[in-house]
This record gives sequence, C-alpha cells and structure tokens, in this order.
Amino acid sequence: PDCSCVGEEIWVDSRTVYIGHKEPPPGAEAYIPQRYPDNRIVSSKYTFWNFIPKNLFEQFRRIANFYFLVIFLVQLIIDTPTSPVTSGLPLFFVITVTAIKQGYEDWLRHKADCSINECPVDVVQQGKVVRTQSHKLRVGDIVVVKEDETFPCDLILLSSSRPDGTCFVTTTSLDGESSHKTYYAIPDTMAFRTEQEVDSLHATIECEQPQPDLYKFVGRINIYKDKEEPVARPLGAENLLLRGATLKNTQHIHAVAVYTGMETKMALNYQSKSQKRSAVEKSMNAFLIVYLCILISKAVINTVLKYAWQWSPDRDEPWYNHRTEHERQRHVVIRAFTDFLAFMVLFNYIIPVSMYVTVEMQKFLGSYFISWDEEMFDEELGEGAQVNTSDLNEELGQVEYVFTDKTGTLTENNMEFIECCVDGNVYIPHAICNGQILSAASSIDMIDASPGGYRREYEDLFFRALCLCHTVQVKEEETVDGIKRGIHQGRPTSFYISSSPDEVALVEGMKRLGYTYLRLKDNYMEILNKDDEIERFELLHVLNFDSVRRRMSVIVKSSSGDYLLFCKGADSSIFPRVVSGKVEQVKARVEQNAVEGLRTLCVAYRRLSESEYQEACHHLMEAKLALQDREQRLAQAYDIIERDFVLLGATAVEDRLQEKAADTIESLHKAGMKVWVLTGDKMETAAATCYASKLFRRTTQILELTKKRTEEQSLHDVLFELNRTVLRQLCDALVFFIFFSLSVDCLDFGLIIDGATLSAVLKPNQEGAGHGNYREIFLEICRNCSAVLCCRMAPLQKAQIVKLIKASKEHPITLAIGDGANDVSMILEAHVGIGIMGKEGRQAARNSDYAIPKFKHLKKMLLVHGHYYYIRIAELVQYFFYKNVCFIFPQFLYQFFCGFSQQPLYDTAYLTLYNISFTSLPILLYSLVEQHVSMDTLKREPSLYRDIAKNSLLRWPVFLYWTCLGVFDAVVFFFGAYFLFDNTTFTSNGQMFGNWTFGTLIFTVLVFTVTLKLALDTHHWTWINHFVIWGSLLFYVIFSLLWGGIIWPFLNYQRMYYVFMQMLSSGPAWLSIILLITVSLLPDVIKKVLCRAMCPTATERAQVQCSLISVCMVACPCYMCSILLLPFSLHISLCLVSLGMFDMYFVVTVPASLINMLIK
Amino acid sequence: MMASSYSAKDEDGHITVSGPGGGTLRNKKPENTAFKQQRLPAWQPILTAGTVLPAFFIIGLIFIPIGIGLYVTSNNIKEFEIDYTGDDTSSPCYNCAQNFSWNNTKSCTCIIPFQLDQPYESNVFMYYGLSNFYQNHRRYVKSRDDSQLNGNIDSLKKPSKECEPYASVDNKPIAPCGAIANSMFNDTLKLFYNDPNGTSVPILLTSTGIAWWTDKHVKFRNPGGNNANLTAVFQGTVKPVNWHRPVYELDTDPENNGFINEDFIVWMRTAALPTFRKLYRIIQKNNNMAPTLPRGNYTLVVDYNYPVRSFEGRKRMILSTISWMGGKNPFLGIAYITVGSVCFFLGVVLLVIHHKYGNRNNSANISN
Repeated sequence: PDCSCVGEEIWVDSRTVYIGHKEPPPGAEAYIPQRYPDNRIVSSKYTFWNFIPKNLFEQFRRIANFYFLVIFLVQLIIDTPTSPVTSGLPLFFVITVTAIKQGYEDWLRHKADCSINECPVDVVQQGKVVRTQSHKLRVGDIVVVKEDETFPCDLILLSSSRPDGTCFVTTTSLDGESSHKTYYAIPDTMAFRTEQEVDSLHATIECEQPQPDLYKFVGRINIYKDKEEPVARPLGAENLLLRGATLKNTQHIHAVAVYTGMETKMALNYQSKSQKRSAVEKSMNAFLIVYLCILISKAVINTVLKYAWQWSPDRDEPWYNHRTEHERQRHVVIRAFTDFLAFMVLFNYIIPVSMYVTVEMQKFLGSYFISWDEEMFDEELGEGAQVNTSDLNEELGQVEYVFTDKTGTLTENNMEFIECCVDGNVYIPHAICNGQILSAASSIDMIDASPGGYRREYEDLFFRALCLCHTVQVKEEETVDGIKRGIHQGRPTSFYISSSPDEVALVEGMKRLGYTYLRLKDNYMEILNKDDEIERFELLHVLNFDSVRRRMSVIVKSSSGDYLLFCKGADSSIFPRVVSGKVEQVKARVEQNAVEGLRTLCVAYRRLSESEYQEACHHLMEAKLALQDREQRLAQAYDIIERDFVLLGATAVEDRLQEKAADTIESLHKAGMKVWVLTGDKMETAAATCYASKLFRRTTQILELTKKRTEEQSLHDVLFELNRTVLRQLCDALVFFIFFSLSVDCLDFGLIIDGATLSAVLKPNQEGAGHGNYREIFLEICRNCSAVLCCRMAPLQKAQIVKLIKASKEHPITLAIGDGANDVSMILEAHVGIGIMGKEGRQAARNSDYAIPKFKHLKKMLLVHGHYYYIRIAELVQYFFYKNVCFIFPQFLYQFFCGFSQQPLYDTAYLTLYNISFTSLPILLYSLVEQHVSMDTLKREPSLYRDIAKNSLLRWPVFLYWTCLGVFDAVVFFFGAYFLFDNTTFTSNGQMFGNWTFGTLIFTVLVFTVTLKLALDTHHWTWINHFVIWGSLLFYVIFSLLWGGIIWPFLNYQRMYYVFMQMLSSGPAWLSIILLITVSLLPDVIKKVLCRAMCPTATERAQVQCSLISVCMVACPCYMCSILLLPFSLHISLCLVSLGMFDMYFVVTVPASLINMLIK
Repeated sequence: MMASSYSAKDEDGHITVSGPGGGTLRNKKPENTAFKQQRLPAWQPILTAGTVLPAFFIIGLIFIPIGIGLYVTSNNIKEFEIDYTGDDTSSPCYNCAQNFSWNNTKSCTCIIPFQLDQPYESNVFMYYGLSNFYQNHRRYVKSRDDSQLNGNIDSLKKPSKECEPYASVDNKPIAPCGAIANSMFNDTLKLFYNDPNGTSVPILLTSTGIAWWTDKHVKFRNPGGNNANLTAVFQGTVKPVNWHRPVYELDTDPENNGFINEDFIVWMRTAALPTFRKLYRIIQKNNNMAPTLPRGNYTLVVDYNYPVRSFEGRKRMILSTISWMGGKNPFLGIAYITVGSVCFFLGVVLLVIHHKYGNRNNSANISN
C-alpha cells in the first residue's frame, strides 16, 4: 500500500532512465518516455540574435551604467547645458568595450562548445558500435569510452575491460585531484564484454534529478530478466562517471548516460559563485551616497537661487536675451523641474562613470601580480598562487582574524607512521638500522616488541585490521618507455594512493612491520603476512569514513569463514563503543602521543555471527537502496552496526609542521591579527602543534574551556571565571605597563575550546535570562586572547565560529584558510577565503577566493600584496572623488556669476575627456604599481600592517580631508581666474578673452594640479610612472592645441578655436597658472610634511629608514635627467600608445558627433 | 566571469587528455621579470621637512621678485575710466538715457568732458565696459550660428535652431542670427583733444587689430568669399531686429565689413563675467617725441544708442596703456608676493620643526 505513495514521491524529483531506450516489460512499470536535454554543452551566454538586447540589458542592470543612461536620456530629452555626447560617449565607450570583450569571450566559448559538441563518441546501437557526435547523445544511450578519453556526459558504469568490473578515473579537470579513483560496475552487468551482450541488457535506472554536488549520487537500477521480478541494485557516487573526468588504466568501458548536456554535474557546478564584497567597496558606496546627496543639494540650491534671482523680469529676460515663445508658454513648475534636471546633468560628473571602470580594471589587472608572484610558486606542486576572484584584493590588507585549519594547512599533511600500541604494548618500526636506511623489502623483522614480544590473537587482528580497514588503492608502477620500472627488482613495486594521507601512512607503516597489503582483487583483499604467506579476505562492506562519525569500518570474511568488522577512528568515537579490551593502557598511550603532537587513531573489531552479519547486510542494503534521505539512513545503519567493539590498540602518525609555519604565524601576530586554529583533531595534538607553530608561546597563559572542565563546573561559572581572569590580568598588566614600561608579554592569553563546549556556548539559553549572554562573554574572552585553539570541531562549527566573530560588534574582517573539504564551509563564510592546494583534493582551493600552494605564502599574500592593494585602492577611491570635486566645484561657483543659467565652464570635449583620458591613466597606473614601502620592508616589519587596519585610509575624516582639499583647490582655481579676469585685459595687444578662455584657464590649472597632486602622492617612481604622468600632461596640451587648432567641420560650434593658443600667448596666463598650481598644492604638502615631522606613523618611519639605506637618492637626479632627455618625439609617440586605450575616443568622436548633429 | 572559468576548465581537461601532464606544469611557473615581480627600479622620493625646505625657500625667493615686478608694472600702467550711463541728473547723458526708445531712428548724442592728469605714452587702448550684462548666460552664449558666421551659404539661408528666437523675422532668415549678434553694442564713441588754444582736435581711432587675428581671418568669413558684393550675398536675409543698419553696412571698408567687421567679432566673443570690458579702438602712437595722449582736457562724444537702464547696467569708457602683462591688474603681483612670503615663512617654520623633530625621529628609528 505504501508503494504507490513512494512511487509518487519518486516521480516528482527523480528520473527514470531506460537503458538503450528499451521499454520495460509490460506490467512492470508504465513506459513514460521522458524528454531530457541533448548532450549539447552551452557555455555561451548569447546567440547571434539575442546578443545586443541581452548584453545591453545585463550591462544596464549595473547601477552605475544605469545612472549614466538616465543622465544621457535626460540630456536627450530636455535642453541641458551639456550635449548628450558628454555622457553618452563615455557610456557608449564603456558599454561598447564591455560588449566587445564579452562578445569575444562568448565567441570563444561558442567555438569551444562547438568543438566539444562535435567530438566523436562511440555509442552502442543494435549491438553495434556507431560513431556519432557528442551533442547527439541522449539519456539512456550506451556509450563506449576508451582509455585516456574524457567522458562525454555523466554515465553509470555498466562494465569495464577489467575483469573485476572496476575502472580508474582521474578528475583533474573537475576538482584538480590527480589521483586515480576507482569506480565500480554493478555485479550484475560487470561481466558484459561485447556490444551484443551490453545491448541485451534490459534495465531501467531510477535516480535523482541532477544536482551539483560532485560527490553525491543516489540511484537504483532495476534489471529485468525474463518474466522475473526485476532485480534492484543500489547506485552511488562510486558508479557514476562524471563528465570531464578521464578514463585511465582501463582499456574501455561501457556505460549508460544518465545526465546529459547542461544537466551534467560539471555544467551545474560552474554556475554558482559566492558574492562577497570588500570593506573598501562598502565605504566606496557610502562615499557615493554622500556625493549623490551633494549633487542633489547643489542642484536644489542652484534651482532655488535661480528663481530667487530671476524674480525681476529684467533679470529673467533682459531685452538682449529673450526666451523663445515655446519656452515662455511652459508652466513654471515644469520649467523649474527642467532646470533642476539641467543642474543635475551639469554637475553629474561628480560621480564619474570612469571610477567604476578604473576600479574594476585595477582589480582585474592587479590580481595578476598575485599569480605572477614567483615567491608564491611552489616547485613541488608546480603551481603558483591562483586568484579566483579579484574583487577582494584589498580585503587582504584588512584582515583582523585568521582562522586556519590545522591538518594540511599548518602541517604538511605528509604523514609518517611512528608507532602503534597493541593492547598496551608499544611497537616502533625502525626505519634506520646501523645508520643505513633499509628498503622495505629487505627488512624482515622490524618489530621492536615490548617485554616478551609474545604474539597473541589481538596482535594478529590488529595488524590485519590496519591492513584491511582502509580505502587505499594499490597502483602498479606506470610503464615508462615500454619498460616496467620495478620489474628488474624481482617483483613489481607498487605504491599506495588514497584520498587520506593517514591511511597511506598506516598501510605503509604496516608494510614496514611486515604486513603488506597487496591488492583488492575480485572483492578479495590480499595480504602478505609476516611469514610471506598470502592471506585472502573477502571484502563484504565498506562503511566509509565521514567527518561526523569520525571513523570507518569494513566487514570482511576471513578464509576461515569468520565475519569480522574492523573499525578505526578517532578515540572519542571509538572508546564509547568499546566493551572490552585494555582500554586504560591504550587511552594513556593515546593521550601521551597526542601531547607530543601525533595524530592518533584507535582500532577496534567485532566478530559477527552469521545472523548478525545478515542483519547488518539488511540494514545497509535498505539504506543504500533508499532514494530519500539516504545519507541519514546510512548513518543510522552505521550506528547500529558499529557497536560492541573489542579494543585492539592505537596508532600514532606524525604530521610535520609546514615549512615556515611558525614564522608566518609570528608575523601575523605582529601584524595585529588574531590567529585561531580550528581543527577536528584532539585537544592535546592540536595544542602541541600550536606550541610548535608558536601560536602559543611559553609565556602564554592558557585558558581552557573544554568539556572536561565544564563537567566539573557549570559552563556559566567557567565562563565568568575566565572572564574575570582575563580582565584582572589586563588591568594588572596595564598598571605595570604604565608605571614600569615593562614589556607587554604578560598580556598574552591563549584559549582552548572544544566543539562540545562551543555548541553549549552558542546554544540559545533555555533559562531565558542568560540568553545571548554566554555568547557575549565568550566573545569578550576571545577578544583578549591573542590566540585561540578550537579543537574537535565539526566542519559546520568552523563556519559558525567565523560567523560569530563576523557578527560581533566590531565587525572585524575575517580570513579563513584551509585545504580540505571540511574547510569549505568556513572558507565560504569568511570575508576572504583562502584555499591551500593540498593533498586532500582541490575542493578548498576551488571554493576559495584565492588559492596558495603553502601556508607560508599567506605572509606575503597579506603583508605585502594585501597591504599594497589596500593602499592602492584607497588612494584610487579618494583621489577619484577629489579630482571630481576639483572638476565640478568651479562649475558650481560659476553659476553664481552667470545668472544660474547652467552655463558650463568647460568645453564639451574637456567635460567628456577629463575623466576618461586626461586624468585617468596616472591614477590607474598608480593603483597598479605604487609601493609606498618596499616589499622587503613590509615583510621584515609586519607591524606596518597595523597602520592600515580598520580601513584607516577610507575613514570619514580622511574622506573629509580629501573632499575639503578638493573644495579648497576648486575655490583657488575659480577665484584665481576670476580675479585675473576681473574687468581687465591680460594680453600685450589689448585684446580681450571670453568665457571659454576663462574655462580653459581653470581647466588647465585643474588638470595640472590634479596630476601633480598624484605625483606628490607617488612614492614609487618607475619609468612607467614618469611616462604616464608626464605623458598625460603632454597629451592634454597636445590635445588642446589640436582641438583648438582646426575649424572642426562636424561641430556646430567653433568656440574653442584658438582659445588655448591665445591663452598660452599671454604672459599673465602662464604666471597665474603657475601661481594657482602652487597655491593649490601647498596645503597638501604642508600637511604631509607636518604630519611626518610631528607624529610619523610606522610606515612613514619605515620609508625614511628605507631611503637612508637605498642609494636611490643619489641616483635620482641622473635618473630624472635621463627621463627628461628622452627624445621628445619618442615620448609623444609612446605617449599616444600608452593612451591607446583611449585613443578610440578619437575614432569614436567623429561618428558620435555626427550622430549628435543628426539628433539636432 | 564564471562562464569563462567554465570554458577554461574545459580546455584544461582537453590538454590533459591530449598531452602528458608534465608539460603544462612547467609552463605555469611565473616569469621572473622585474615588472611581474613588482621589482622595477624606482626612485622613491619622500616629502620630509628636510627635502621640502629648500623648495619652499626657492619658491619664496622666486615668487617675491616676480610679484614685485608684476606689481610695479601694473602700477606704471595708466588707466582712465569714465561712466557715461547717465543715471543721475548731473550726467551729460541723462537725457539720452531717459529718452531712449527702440523706435528712435536718430541717435541721441551726449558730450562728456574729462581731463587726463598724466600724459599717456605709447599706444592707448580704448575700451567700452558694461556691467550687469550677462553675456555668459547659457541661453545667450549658445544663441549663435558659427557656421553662418563662417560664411556657410546654407546656414545663412537657414540659421541654426540655437538662434531662436532671433533666427528669423517673417520667415526671412536673420543674418547674423542669434541673441549675441542682435544685442551688439552700438554706441559710437569719439574722442576730441581740447587744445589749450581753444581748438578741438579729433583723435584718430584705429578700428582694426582689435579682434583676434584667427577670428578675423579664419573663424569669421563673409558668405561667398570676402571680395564678393556683400549686398547681393545678403539678399534674402534681414538685419537683426535691434540693429539700425544691415550687416553689410557696418563699415565702408570692404576688409572690415559684414561678418568680418572687427567690432562685431569682438562683441561675438562672449565675456566670462557679467562685468566686462571690450576693446573698442586703438590710439596709435604717431611720432616718437610727443605722447599719444598729452595731459589736458578732452571731450568724449557718445552716440547714445545702447540701453542698459532696464537691467540696471552701467556703461563705461576706458582708456588704458598696456604693458607686456596686459592692463592694470594689481592682483597677480600681490598674489605672487603673498604666496612667496607665505612659502618663505613656512620654510622658516619647517626649519624649526626639522631641527626640533628631525633628531627625535632619527633616535626613534635607532631605538626601533
């Protein structure tokens, strides 16, 4: 009765695949042909037809583009002071360039798609192999894949050329793991050899609808044999061959397509991406809002003043300046609104479109420096740092909390078997004998048996358990140049591969102790025991490891017919399930090893009777066949099976610290970051690692917040006590510090907390009164600890901790670094996620924002790259606002002198090109190459990182300073020119200048001042800086000469004709340009010099030190000379090349103006 | 972005299929170039009190003399200004100002006597000045057709829309069109020197050379070339409504008539600020011995045509000599002297600071 219901449910979110498109026998199930997408991969976003509308739509969804579109439309619709070209052209440029780039990328994708989709694929049809194209594959097709071919879609393995029905696969292109993974065919079909046989298969597959998790698959195959009940077999991730993976070491396989085209896991995987925004971006948006308010208030003020001023009709319409009849008839409200819009348009340049473009370019181009960094290249891995998102570059300079994983991040994850303890006796394999390293083959007796050395049943079981309870694969030496390496040694050598380095270490350790795991063949595991005899165990079930259970088991059948369950796992997950064995001794040994920083595992076993085995089998099968909640059911089944253990012993594996891990942590500490270690390991092991990596020092006072303590006292008491300790100590230290100026070492606290206590702390309190209190107290304690160690953490708890700190009241910037799948959640949660390209696969690296080969590279990443990116982008943002205040504020002032008529001060070309070409390249270059302090100094003195902490360069006072500086400069420009023009002439022939000369004079001063201001801020003058800064000034002059030198036939006005040249022919104009530039730059120089002299920051001190050391100062005059003496013509030509990206403007200007003329 | 990474992965997959993995790994090693490693040689200047000090002193030392020079030059320039708006009853132009009407065909003349206390050596430049006249009003500034003024026949017959409402009268195009041209200054100013012996000598006023050379020769051109019969060329157009004469009768000299009339060109260059002056005539120095304008009594005779009372404007006549730095303008000189002194003063302050804090900095460095 339940069946139909279940069936109904299955129907909704599962699919039925008919293998070979054969209908199931009548009566079994209704044949419902389903439609799935074909195997066409479409990674392209656009087609030829929808490119323009879709691309435009996507681009205008961005707020900045939309803003400029609105401005542009306003300019088109109403009569505005500036022509639509001024905002239309930059917008057009940005949109076109983006569209061309995206179009080109999409064309490449189309090409790639095409080549993939037309890739030949062998399909079995009517018992014959037919070659077809990849995109013609359909769900249900049986595919033949040969060695070294990539799978064309997600396939269920039916049979393989290997007799045991397995095949090897690498998933390098999917997740970066290069190890060979084994996939299994179901026993019922693995015997198929020929196409005819395969074609005779009559079966359906029920499986879930596609989902992106690469490591999850739930399905069921129903095999119909003549008029019998169908046989159902479970299908899991071990049967599913993923598109993009490559077949290895297997001649060919037959497999059936289940997910095709865009439904393959690979395609689904590249569609989600985390959206993180940096603190800089947030402050940038805040500044933007301020400027938007300034813009609106400016427009409102001017509109109001305009109408107040125009009150008398003689001012509104003097006899010499009448409105058109059409304008006069317009209602005054409409006129006022139009005026408001016109003022908005006039001042809209205060929010420049080019800032967005520049910031984006800076981020995109700047991130190359990370991947180009040779120091972050790891020879061993053959890989350098990798940037997955460039949006967070500057966030690297703002990190306050570092959350790091231990295994594989702090440590090498290069395991070495140290010892084992069987039933209280300790065994240590001697790798070194008489000073010579013995090869594994020749050393026979390597067991240093503790007292007596008696062999007992437990010992045998222990070694067998370790040889059997694992998922290690044996890989025979690959053929190199046709000769099998290793053969000449007499017997083939082989090595072990596994996703867990612990397992490899254990199996290799066993080999050294005399028990060699040979291979898995036809479900029989073969072991070469100490007496060189081969023992065979039938592998019945593998209860896989997972990080929640923290153990794994195997059920094997020995040659004597006994059913044995071997289990190995973390002590905490084994001991509660043990019923007998020398628990005390083993526990003592485990703890001792843990203190030494070794990774320990406990081994236990259970003998199963036939009935118990059957029951276990039943549980497992039931769970495995479930389509719903399979994970949960499996966990339940495991829980039932894994109990009543007999403890056999424990192992200890050493995981060495990564190179320079201690140095890195010390630097991070000095840089003011708090380092937290989050690990799933035991407290003792983790603490030992922490001491070794200098996270805790000898002087560190350790506070413990562990289950052991909370069992004695209530959590409440412990927390309050710790809090008191911390605060008291702080006060004491402060007193000491004030009176005796002692070093602050005594302030050092370290906290150790375990997962269980953490969840108790984070749990909302039932009593109600203390709700949230614990959390606060805990945070308070943490804030005062320089280092925190969280052990026994579940992956999700890691993310919880990160979230907790993120949400605390200071909102610190967090960074999470890890290498394994268990770190992914925290990497995604933290502000910046860094993945280490580790041995535990590439999941962390794939989900991270940045990936680095080793932990030590974090130092350079944060202290050097992060620091640089931060100061660069901070200057970029502030400078952009500054230069636009300088640009627009004179225009605002001019309104007071032109009857609030929205008369622009500058010519259209200047308005348009100011942000795009006259002042854009220097700041872009600055934001790419500026180094205020040398790289080595930054590395040598991590404390410099504190200077930029808490977004210090983008705080409101700094922003205010820049804005005020901008306003001051603007006032200087405007009134300087005003007094110069005031009712007098300043040419030597008595001729007068007009309003366009007035604007051009201001504009010239503006461009020079703004560029020289940047030059004053530049601390790192490479030849490119010289080139771009002087080049863009030169470009401005040349452009102005050109722009005013010709009667441009396509322009309907010639107002700039000879204006610039006439201005330059006047002596006072030159003098006033020089004067105004000097005056505008003066306050900034004084501020800089005074700040440096009175209260220099650490950075500024470092700069001085640096310059004392370097000989640059001596070399600089020569250097300057050589720059200035560069042949002039060369300079110009290079200059134009450097401005090449904006040269398009010239090309674009012509047609755009033509369009403009047409519009008019 | 994600889609591109997607295809990148795809291609990676193909590389691993086709070739051995080792080759691709080698290529990943970043190049060791100075640029890519951010180690380009660089000059690293720092603005400290020590380095800025000399600059301040130098600026001070350069600016102060320049300022003094400018100030002295400006003071040596002689300038005479006379307001002939005719607002108060005592003014000779009061009647003309009061009786102004657009319909007057005969111009009203007023005679203003004045006295020069000093002789004006070298060339003297005669300006008219207007106040409260918004030549920089947006509606006004754009109300012109540059292609018409450049001699384009099509624009002559069909002026640009920007000229509205001064583009046409009764469907006949206005030449020159627009508000600027329409409001051209049309007072006539004449100067007479009253000899001590009682005769009144007219002073020769040159009306050429008052406009920019490029404007006169390139930007402004009569339609049909400068030699054609202007009356014929302007056939079919009407004069601007406020003008008394059509554009082709502005001057008798064909080189100074039509659009290339210099008074017209000067007017067409819109002023930056509402109070402005424009060059009207040049009084050339004729012989080397006598001053151009000797001290004594003069008479300014004004044909009063230009109304300014409606917008509370003022009209002035200015006589000024010119130096290399233009007319009288003490601002630049004072500004230079001020900035130079400030820099010098700051230099001294910085010197003190440098001595006081410089040592402390260095010691701090050592202790660090």
